[in-house]
This record gives sequence, C-alpha cells and structure tokens, in this order.
Amino acid sequence: MNILVCISKTPDTTAKIAFTEGNTKFDENGVQWIINPYDEWYSLVRAIEIKEKDPSTQIHLITVGGVEVEPILRKALALGGDEAIRVHLNSNDSNEIAEQIAFIVKQGSYDLILTGKETIDYNSSCIGSMLSALLDLPFVSLANHLELNGNTATLIREIEGGEETNEVQLPMVVSCQKGMAEQRIPNMRGIMAARTKPLKIVEPTPTKALTQIKEFNLPPAKTGVKLIAPDQMDELVRLLKEEAKVI
Amino acid sequence: MVLIYIDHADNQIKKATQEAISYGAAIAKLLNCSAEALMLGTVEDDLTDLGKLGAQKVHQLKNESLNSFDTKVYSNLIAAAAKSLGATVVVFAHNINGKALAPAVAVKLSAGIVTGACRLPDLQNGFEVTKTVFSGKAFASIKIESPIKVIAINQNSFGVHPYDNTALVQSIDLPIPPASIKVTNINKVKGEIPLTEASLVVSGGRGLRGPENWSILLDLAKALGAATACSRPVSDSDWRPHHEHVGQTGIQIAPDLYIAIGISGAIQHLAGVNRSKTIVVINKDPEAPFFKAADYGVIGDAFEVIPALSAAILKMKLNQ
Ligand SMILES: Cc1cc2nc3c(=O)[nH]c(=O)nc-3n(C[C@H](O)[C@H](O)[C@H](O)COP(=O)(O)OP(=O)(O)OC[C@H]3O[C@@H](n4cnc5c(N)ncnc54)[C@H](O)[C@@H]3O)c2cc1C
Ligand SMILES: Nc1ncnc2c1ncn2[C@@H]1O[C@H](COP(=O)(O)O)[C@@H](O)[C@H]1O
Repeated sequence: MNILVCISKTPDTTAKIAFTEGNTKFDENGVQWIINPYDEWYSLVRAIEIKEKDPSTQIHLITVGGVEVEPILRKALALGGDEAIRVHLNSNDSNEIAEQIAFIVKQGSYDLILTGKETIDYNSSCIGSMLSALLDLPFVSLANHLELNGNTATLIREIEGGEETNEVQLPMVVSCQKGMAEQRIPNMRGIMAARTKPLKIVEPTPTKALTQIKEFNLPPAKTGVKLIAPDQMDELVRLLKEEAKVI
Repeated sequence: MVLIYIDHADNQIKKATQEAISYGAAIAKLLNCSAEALMLGTVEDDLTDLGKLGAQKVHQLKNESLNSFDTKVYSNLIAAAAKSLGATVVVFAHNINGKALAPAVAVKLSAGIVTGACRLPDLQNGFEVTKTVFSGKAFASIKIESPIKVIAINQNSFGVHPYDNTALVQSIDLPIPPASIKVTNINKVKGEIPLTEASLVVSGGRGLRGPENWSILLDLAKALGAATACSRPVSDSDWRPHHEHVGQTGIQIAPDLYIAIGISGAIQHLAGVNRSKTIVVINKDPEAPFFKAADYGVIGDAFEVIPALSAAILKMKLNQ
C-alpha cells in the first residue's frame, strides 16, 4: 500500500495576522510555520495507523513550497512518514499547486491520496477535489472515518445534519477532518530517524497561476460590547429582537 | 451566462443554494447576461419558483442514479453542462457538496476559482472576488485571470434577494458517467437543525463543567429554535459530539446569532464564529477575551443566566 499525504504549511494559529507591501502580502515576519492541523492531526496520523496495521505500507509526503517548509516536513517524517518530496514552488493558486502534485503522482503509483479539509490560512478547500479531477479518481471529501479492506475503502463523510457511509475502490483521493484520528506528538526515536529519511527536492513542472491575490484587508473592529446585567434578560431579548433584529 | 449549481438532498434544495442563486443572478446582472441554474436529479420543490431567487432558466437532468452524491459523476456533468451551455461563470454554495465539486469543475474548465467568496465581484480591474482568509480574520481580494471563472459563495454572506420571475425549466441531455462511489448508509440526526445551515446557534464551553449540565443549554436552544455547538475541549472530552465542534479546526459558521456560554474566546475558537452577524457572550469572567469580539455581553454565572434567558425568550414568544 502506497499512501501519499499532502502536507501544507500554515502560520501558527496564534500568529498575528498583518500585511505588508501595501496590503498585498501576508507579513511573514516572526511567523512560526506549522503543519496545517488537518494534515498533521488527521490525514498523516490516519496513514500512520494504517501502516501500523500493515507494515508493508509506505507513507510518502508531498509539499509544494519553498525551503521554509522543510522543518515541518522533517516533523511529519518524525511522526511517521517514510519519505518526503518538496516541489520547489511558492504559489497561492490552487490550480497550480494541484497540477504540481498531480504531476508527481503520475510518475509514481499511489493507492490512496490524503489531503486535509482545508488550509487554515487561505481556507480554499480545493486541492483534494482538484487532484481527483486531474487524476480522474474518485473523491470523498470531509471524511472523518476511513477503513481499508484490500482494495475497498469504507469512509464516513459529513453531510448536512448527519453522516454518509461510502464504499470506494482504490485508488482514490480523500480529504480528512476531525474524527479521522487523534493528534500525536513525535517521540525522540522518530525525531532521530527523521534526520536520515529521504527528503527530495524537485523543480516544478511548468504551470500557470489562474488567480492572483491583489489585496488583503482586515475586517472592521467591533464597536464595543454592550453589557447587560444578568437579571435583565428581558432587556437582552428585546435588544436581540429590536436592535440586532436576529430573533 | 452565469450557471448556478443547485445542491440538494432528500428531495429538497439546500438552503445555501437559494443564496447562491441570488448571488449568481446579481453577477449575471453585472455582466449583462442571463442567470441559469443546473439541477442534477429531482426534488419535490417547484423549480419554476427559482425565478423568485433570480434564475431565468433551470436546466434539469432527470435520472434516478443522480439522487446519490458522487463527486466524480457530478463534477463531470456540471463541467459538461457549463461547456455546452457556454457558461462564463459557474457559481456554487461553499457548503459541503459545493466544496467537493467546485474545485473539480474548475479543473475541468481550466477556470480560476475563488472559494469562500463573500462579496460580488469587482469588475473595475478585470474580475476580482473578495473572500475570507485566515478563518475569517481577514479578507483577500483575488483576481481571476482565466476566461471561465468558478466561485463558491460563503453561506450567510450575501443574503437571498427576491425577484419577480418564473424560471423556465428545460431538460438537458448529458451522458451520465459510471458511479465511482457506493453510498451504503445515511445517518441523519433526526429533528436537529444542521449547524452549518442554522441561523441561530447556542454554544457551550468548558465553563459548563460537564456533559450533565448541558440540559439547560439544550432548553435554551429549544426555546430559540437554535442549533447547538461547542468549543474544542468540550468535544475532545466527549461531553458533546464531534460535529458540534466549531473553530479553526472544527466547523466554521456564520449564523445571524451566536450565543457563547462559558467559552473564553481563544483565537482558534473565534476563527470559526467571527463571521456571525451578532455575538452574545455569557461568561462569569469580565476579562474573558470573548467580550472583545461580542456585540452583547452578560457577565454572570451561566447556571443562573441560561435559565433566565430561556424564560425571557419563552415569555417574548408567548406575547407575540
Ligand atoms: C492548533 C489549535 C487549534 C485549535 N482549534 C480550536 C477550535 O477549532 N475550536 C476551539 O474551540 N478551540 C480550539 N483550540 C483550543 C483553544 O485554544 C482553547 O483552548 C479552547 O477554545 C478553550 O475552550 P473553552 O473556551 O471552552 O475553555 P476555557 O478556555 O477553559 O474557558 C472556559 C470559560 O468559561 C468561563 N466560565 C467558567 N465557569 C463559568 C460559569 N459558571 N458561568 C459562565 N462562565 C464560566 C471561564 O471564565 C472561561 O472563560 C485550538 C488550539 C490549537 C492550539
Ligand atoms: N502547497 C501545498 N503542498 C502540498 N499540499 C497542499 C498544499 N496546499 C494545500 N495542500 C493540501 O490540500 C489540503 C487543502 O488545502 P487547500 O485546498 O489549500 O485549502 C491541505 O490540507 C493539504 O493537504
């Protein structure tokens, strides 16, 4: 079993959100990069669990990004990835990133391609779906459960107000979310082993971005909270009805 | 032409689609072209009524096999329909199925895509769409440079706008690709309001101390007709089911009203709820960071405030 786990970087969740160069670039000054939580906690750990049951499984990691992504790739290797590929390209365009990954996928042979639900910085929720289209593979999105039985995957995906169970023949693409696995912390042995695991850097295949970020803006600050005393709940209800007009 | 995808389940059009149609119709007006919708499968709703949301035409592909969702099948059909109808913009709701479909359709149309859009495109310098980024902490304006554009609109960000139209329903004929997914079970939580579709949400945090204390919160939700949500530690400790977890790593919601009870307002929690129209915070600690993001605040003990608020709501409803 060959599993490809797509890893993206994202600013630490407490990072200050600020912009530079006339609000056209995210200010990376002092930003701590982490593995996108959906990739780390859910897709990668699920891949590791599958490998623990079937040790012949190989976990391949891929990221499209600059050299600043390497520390997080090492962390993903420390958690349990077997090898990593970094496509040397900085892009914010989902079409372009997906094409780079699909290009690598076509050179190998993967039974299962896992992505996170979305990156928590740009919140695109695109790459998994795009990979399925580029590779003409089945896609199950927002999965919170994945079991393999030979070449058949049983997945549970979120639907509005409930869940749906899907049965799919591998190979396929899955986007993972909460419920899929539990967060793990790398141990010393993993960290030591990761130092010598292969991390291959490849040049990008020619692609073109179809979108450009023109400007960032911060939302207007809230004007201030209106406090209501705990024994004035009729007044709160009146405000919600007459002032906020939400009930 | 602007083509809007109609998302449906259980024979009904999803609420998020109504907004997507209004949004698509407004784009069509900007571009001076028609707004047309695409229905794969069948629903009980009267499709001519989609005119009231702004759709001039509805193209329907009736086939029983389409009543179960399959990204591969659906995205192929949507792309084929967009090509044969000559769509230049394809609009989706940024809901569960929209997130699965829109990017695949964009690939098939070589279209640039913006998901999580929250405003009408700005056509002054090409075609720029504003979307929320950093989990609602900022906006980005993104220029789409391809001839065909795909947009997925955030729920509860544009609203539903009434039109005085009746949509013309036409059938469209497309070859249906073989299924790639077998749906073996559907498990719906009966009677509950789906969190992502709810306009009112009551949410509880660690301040409620334990699952045994949730009944007062459920009573409040019932009095309001609201869905329930929770903070991450609450679902991590299995006090509440995982699907109620909102925040950066849970579900992102944008209801009209979000009532946060016993939740401190950590940045990762706010990231999932900061697009709510009105936020009410109930917390006994006046220094809780959530008050900075709130419109209305009650400094007090949840165990006293919640029943009093439920009673006040029931009283208001009785007097209506
Ligand atoms: C990478 C990452 C991702 C994360 N993602 C999420 C996420 O998606 N969603 C999320 O929620 N969190 C997330 N977190 C966790 C987040 O940082 C906070 O730890 C969490 O939101 C705190 O939950 P809480 O407010 O329920 O609990 P606490 O922070 O413990 O707050 C409890 C609050 O209850 C109040 N209180 C206590 N008793 C009462 C009473 N009787 N009446 C009224 N008020 C009372 C207290 O004053 C306090 O403010 C994430 C963290 C990380 C590092
Ligand atoms: N630059 C990237 N390199 C590798 N994988 C990525 C990259 N960007 C996004 N992904 C994957 O796609 C998922 C969804 O990201 P997005 O579509 O950008 O929201 C992430 O959780 C990752 O698994």
